[in-house]
Amino acid sequence: MLAVDLLLTLAALATAGQCLLLPGLFRAVANLMAFGLVMALIWVRLDAPDVALAEAAIGAGITGALLLTAVGQLPASQRQLHHEHYRVPRRFIPMTIIVVFVGGVLWATMLALPKVGLVKEIAAVLPESGAEHAVTAILLNLRGIDTLLEIAVMLCAVAAIWSLQRAIPPPALELNYPGLTTLARWLHPLFLLTFSYFLWQGTHAPGGAFPAGAVLGAGGVLLLLTGSIGWMYRHYYNQLLRWLLAAGLLLFLATALAGLLMTGSLYGLPPQLAGYFIIAIEVAAALSIALMLMTFYLFGRPRS
Amino acid sequence: MITTMTQSLIHVTGTTDALFALLASILAAMALVSLFTARHLIRRLLALNILSSAVFLLLVLTARTANGIDPVPHALVLTGIVVAVSTTAVVLALYLRRYRREPPC
Repeated sequence: MLAVDLLLTLAALATAGQCLLLPGLFRAVANLMAFGLVMALIWVRLDAPDVALAEAAIGAGITGALLLTAVGQLPASQRQLHHEHYRVPRRFIPMTIIVVFVGGVLWATMLALPKVGLVKEIAAVLPESGAEHAVTAILLNLRGIDTLLEIAVMLCAVAAIWSLQRAIPPPALELNYPGLTTLARWLHPLFLLTFSYFLWQGTHAPGGAFPAGAVLGAGGVLLLLTGSIGWMYRHYYNQLLRWLLAAGLLLFLATALAGLLMTGSLYGLPPQLAGYFIIAIEVAAALSIALMLMTFYLFGRPRS
Repeated sequence: MITTMTQSLIHVTGTTDALFALLASILAAMALVSLFTARHLIRRLLALNILSSAVFLLLVLTARTANGIDPVPHALVLTGIVVAVSTTAVVLALYLRRYRREPPC
């Protein structure tokens, strides 16, 4: 397995290095997407399948789509990174010294770090949490407040983007790429199937709200790109879109308050009902994550 | 002395962990340098993304304890990935705002 580890390390270093050092904005973004895929493989190697699923959909898919669309909107003068290229030799020695020093300190710290962990504590409370898979139990019950705040962060990001500018209209691709629209429509059932599978699997195996939401969001971005979702751009549906975006956070808050009423502590779910609560939160969180990832892709408020 | 110390530490933690810890350290250092020296703002954003990946890698490595895999850092990293993509989207929208002629709404 050492060969696989070495190969993954070299691939990650190569893609990250090309992303940070070589000229050309498009090349840098493409390398970042490749880096995301390599990271997904590294997560699998490190026994973190949940993280791998989310990274493959978000790190390699949605971040890349956001960056490529943004690069496409920039004027031609801003798309070049070549002026950095000529400055590299002069700075090469101090930069290498800093990289070696910071990296060495981090590595030594990391190797000396005591790894205590909460394995036994989590295993002890897992039967009462309502989910058999530990990561889902932590995300939606034990540390549900983190997920609540994270969805609030996403909603704030959507609000910030909407207050900046109007949405970028979808490109008219039908004339130049007639196959793309059809392909996106044919692929979408596959995205829906994967979404449902991850969601159903989340309570007892790797999967759950985050990977499911990321996969549905990636499929939605593909549909937005081909102009198959017209309603998100229309003023008439603006109010509905706002309610849908807020729905996940509102349901989450309602659950937290219900826990406060039933057990006396915020987000304290009663063990006999926790399973139902987790399923409800999981569906709501996955759908709102997917919708918010899609609204990021609009880069602004739908036209009014 | 440092080499013997490193070797004994590697022996404790295992080769895979040590190798990926080295990868994460180098990535974090490269991304930090790039974050502070890059001229183009998009390049800084890419460096920020790589830096967050390196930090996630360090977090997941701390999850590999002697008692088994600790799920808490995995949950933290999942949250972190989604927050990182939110940051990227806001930064890109701010950056695009500079170059679009349309009036703000």
